Amino acid sequence: MKKTVQDLLVISNRRLNKDHALLVLKSEIPLDGIVPGQFANILVENSQKTFLRRPFSIYQVDYTCNTISILIKAIGEGTKCLSDSIAGQKLSVIFPLGKGFSIPEKKSKALLVGGGVGVAALMILASDLHKAGHQVEILLGARSASDLVELDVFSKYGQVHTTTEDGTLGTRGFVTNHPVFGEDIRSFDKIYTCGPEPMMKAVSKFATTYKIPCEVSLENTMACGYGVCLCCVTQTTDGHKCVCTEGPVFDLNRLKWQN
Amino acid sequence: MAELNIEIAGLRLKNPVLTASGTFGYGTEFDDFIEINTLGGIIVKGTTLHPRQGNAYPRMAETPSGMLNAVGLQNGGVKYFCEHIYPKLIGYHTHILVNVSGSTVEEYIACAEQINDLEYITGIELNISCPNVKEGGMAFGTSCPAAESVVDAVRRVYKKHLMVKLSPNVTDIAEIAKSVEGKGADSISLINTILAMAIHAESRKPVLSTITGGLSGPAIKPIALRMVWQVANAVKVPVIGMGGIMNATDAIEFFLAGASAVQVGTANFIDPTITQHIIAGIEDYLERHKFNSIKDIIGCLQL
Repeated sequence: MKKTVQDLLVISNRRLNKDHALLVLKSEIPLDGIVPGQFANILVENSQKTFLRRPFSIYQVDYTCNTISILIKAIGEGTKCLSDSIAGQKLSVIFPLGKGFSIPEKKSKALLVGGGVGVAALMILASDLHKAGHQVEILLGARSASDLVELDVFSKYGQVHTTTEDGTLGTRGFVTNHPVFGEDIRSFDKIYTCGPEPMMKAVSKFATTYKIPCEVSLENTMACGYGVCLCCVTQTTDGHKCVCTEGPVFDLNRLKWQN
Repeated sequence: MAELNIEIAGLRLKNPVLTASGTFGYGTEFDDFIEINTLGGIIVKGTTLHPRQGNAYPRMAETPSGMLNAVGLQNGGVKYFCEHIYPKLIGYHTHILVNVSGSTVEEYIACAEQINDLEYITGIELNISCPNVKEGGMAFGTSCPAAESVVDAVRRVYKKHLMVKLSPNVTDIAEIAKSVEGKGADSISLINTILAMAIHAESRKPVLSTITGGLSGPAIKPIALRMVWQVANAVKVPVIGMGGIMNATDAIEFFLAGASAVQVGTANFIDPTITQHIIAGIEDYLERHKFNSIKDIIGCLQL
């Protein structure tokens, strides 16, 4: 659908744990064809320190109710303010922005690797892959068990694996310490990843080594979200490209990541 | 209805709201959000003779009531502009000016010459004020002789409207303004960003890859107003004011300080429809105060 700036009505705000909130926002304009991995840029009102909008992955979309949902982790003042939104309030949202993940044409076995709040970019993807008949495995990593949210929802679309740095759930360590990155990794036809850059770079090394096509979703800081400030660039084989319009999802082969 | 149209040294604008270079892309990026033809004009992204990759990421820092950028004039070069961007712009019915920058006087001249041939580009904004490139840019805008040399050279080859964009990073902006007026500038726009810096205390590192960058947004509005007022009082050519305009009231303040038109910059990043609200708000202000035209308030600061 066309990019739009709209005041969306907050239908609900569900607190998932101490710092994660799930907002459901209703659009007046009929929603249409939102691609997994696309994002929304939300204005933070009543926050002195927050001048720019805050970008979030579109976490879920409901075309029947005409709503999108946004998974927010309260990190700074802007995200904290948004995570305290209440039902009935309106939020100024620019969406849908950016280019999202691609769904394979042939029946594939896909591995989705999410870290931290990066998991938010993967929910619609997991659902769309599942709907299209692909085999989906989802590996989610966090510091601790209490930081992992919505595992039951992810598990509707595929087998869910977890890692935690403190070992409170799943394999202890980082996502790349999980056994799925052992011999079994060769069985995957596609890897999708979103999370902290060191994690995505570690995942990408496996993709490169085993020649598995890989798409990564970047989270560069940006001012506008629609390709005019040119602040969020990443170095690609084709020069500097805006993460907000050419991404946030890039084919790994297009990126020139410095290690 | 109050009249919003205004003439700026031969440029007849349907209203006095333009968009600032580097904050509005080439206009086409806003087609989903607004009708571009409602604008008084657009100043497209800074263009140089040769393609530029710009500075390394990170290029942006959010600061209190503003932001720093250090994009470094990333653009495809003037040849790319003429061949690939210009054809997309000829369908618009509003003034389109190209912001031109360079590292040497020769580069400015070569760039301006190529733009001279583009029928639907009604002027150039000569950027002698970019703080984010190592050579040139701001260096031309911070001394009177350097500013004179580049304006004089471009004036000789460029036949249409020549707007010159000044840097606020100077001791006496009125002197620079008089210098560029003396060499044939048709109008003067100001202010470009203010050289500034952000530091990340925890990592003890600068936020920007370039260490310093240009500050924009509401944080700089009082400085911009002061400089527009000083320049408007020092020169006869029209002044185009900018710096932190977020709403119609901000724009009105610039008209009162002496600006004949305004450019909206950083606000475009926060609301891509902001220009529409500003145009409507200016009209509303004029009607509330029973002015017939925008011309009735330009420079009418009550002292």
